Amino acid sequence: MGKKLLLEKVHIEGIRHYDVYRREGGYRSVEKALKMQPNDIVEEVKKSGLRGRGGAGFPTGMKWSFLAKPDGVPRYLVCNADESEPGTFKDRYLMEFIPHILIEGMIVASFALGSNTSYIYIRGEYDWVTDILENAIAEAKQNGWLGKNIQGSGYDLEMYVQRGAGAYICGEETALLESLEGKRGNPRIKPPFPAVKGLWGCPTVVNNVETLAAVVPIINEGGEAYAQIGVGKSTGTKLISACGNINKPGIYEIDMTISVEEFIYSDEYCGGIPNGKKLKACIPGGSSVPILPANLLLTTAKGEKRLMNYESLSDGGFATGSMMGSGGFIVLDEDQCIVKHTYTLARFYRHESCGQCSPCREGTGWMEKILLSIESGKGKMSDIDLLWDIQRKIEGNTICPLGDAAAWPVAAAIRHFRDEFEWHVNNPEKCLTENFGLRHYADPVYVAGS
Amino acid sequence: MIQFKETSLKKVAEIIARYPEGRQKSALLPVLHMAQVEFGGWLDVPVMDYVATLLNIEPIEVYEVASFYSMYNLKPVGKYLFEVCQTGPCMLNGSDNIIDYIKQKLNIGVGETTADGMFTLKTVECLGACGYAPMMQMGKTYREHLTKEKVDSIIEECRAKAN
Repeated sequence: MGKKLLLEKVHIEGIRHYDVYRREGGYRSVEKALKMQPNDIVEEVKKSGLRGRGGAGFPTGMKWSFLAKPDGVPRYLVCNADESEPGTFKDRYLMEFIPHILIEGMIVASFALGSNTSYIYIRGEYDWVTDILENAIAEAKQNGWLGKNIQGSGYDLEMYVQRGAGAYICGEETALLESLEGKRGNPRIKPPFPAVKGLWGCPTVVNNVETLAAVVPIINEGGEAYAQIGVGKSTGTKLISACGNINKPGIYEIDMTISVEEFIYSDEYCGGIPNGKKLKACIPGGSSVPILPANLLLTTAKGEKRLMNYESLSDGGFATGSMMGSGGFIVLDEDQCIVKHTYTLARFYRHESCGQCSPCREGTGWMEKILLSIESGKGKMSDIDLLWDIQRKIEGNTICPLGDAAAWPVAAAIRHFRDEFEWHVNNPEKCLTENFGLRHYADPVYVAGS
Repeated sequence: MIQFKETSLKKVAEIIARYPEGRQKSALLPVLHMAQVEFGGWLDVPVMDYVATLLNIEPIEVYEVASFYSMYNLKPVGKYLFEVCQTGPCMLNGSDNIIDYIKQKLNIGVGETTADGMFTLKTVECLGACGYAPMMQMGKTYREHLTKEKVDSIIEECRAKAN
């Protein structure tokens, strides 16, 4: 059993409410932080090695240190709770069951950054979670952790929740800021980065929910203690939301030293594949990161056991590796069709493209159409190369990373499962009623404790 | 005449106060959510014009936002809106079958409303409930781990509530 920092107390009855949360040691990090110099808090976060938990994995302390501090201009902290990456549902879990940990982390972060008004931008569909957060904010305020002169420190902070209205693109930080300003979620051209010109043109830090929650144990226990958990540059714990064809879908807090194999097959985590089926493929970090066939998922191209951390998951680059991403772990068993699954993802990205950049606006639509045509037994062999060509022309040619996010799943599916695409083209009738299944992707047998 | 209830107007003022002076346009998304709930489940042009007046912005600034975000309905919907997720993880767990079943059960296609105005079926993209698939959104909450039996009981529950 790995160490838990965020979810250790999530099962305590009533932890959603202030009294229980406080009794269990909640808001200690705020007490400690208010006695520190803001820059020392930033240094502590740097020491922890914490990397952004939204998907990009950028070092949080460094992001904070980039914040511009011109005189007389307000600075803002915005929490990105627009969790929308297919396969990802970890932030919802944190906010729904232990909302005060986010509020606590945000108070510390706001104090460190010098923000007197902070916003939580939550995806519009999480309507009931918004109520939970607003209740928790009200409780925190009643108990003197928000508002004027917090705990007699002279520091003022207000916190508000703003609901989006259904747009994946608003998880991109500049689109999120546009949306928070009451506009369409069109990403901005960078630079300037939000750290210089963010919300209403003011310096702004945008951090993911899990990232801000992780600030609590970092301040409580110290950055160095946090950095000792995990391996290499994968410090601390990571929430993984596991879904697809597994026995125990749900949220798991891991310490990033366990292997992918253990994560899938151990009863402590996913509990293996239902109905004795074999593992075919997996997207380990949310729909945007490359899908891997079972063999490359469990073992790197170097022949090492692949681990559930940033470095190991990306070992081999896109040729043979993938990414930690958001921690959205999607498992596909032997009965799943890669073409159909890729089609649903392509449809998702077409639906979510903001339409600003032509390669993404047009390319996502073409990829969706071609994939549907192959899936429906109407594809040509040349379509596979055409798909490859389109994704290559989207990647790197758009204002924001949605273009890359749309290109990568298609590229990886063709890279690793080209034979399955060809089989669809060669078997236009059969592919409507049968699946390609599992051919040469052997399924290693997990032995508990190995 | 289109006008929010007193309590809603108070709420709008509260929301506007969350932002700096002159940044009341930031209230647009929350106020559109409120308008949709209060004015019949969708945003008709006069409703959007009213919101524009309320926030002191141009009507086009409201239209372009309302048409960008998928949660704003630009045409009438039934009393109960079933928004069924169909993205990857839900598909792996049989969302296609659930969508087909709802179509057959309510005798409508995707995007259509039953003749009695009770139900509208919509397919949506990932709602962040992938571990509890297949699922749909109905109003404020999620209905998860859907099966045919569960769909039946949800439909009955809605009919009972409406009577």
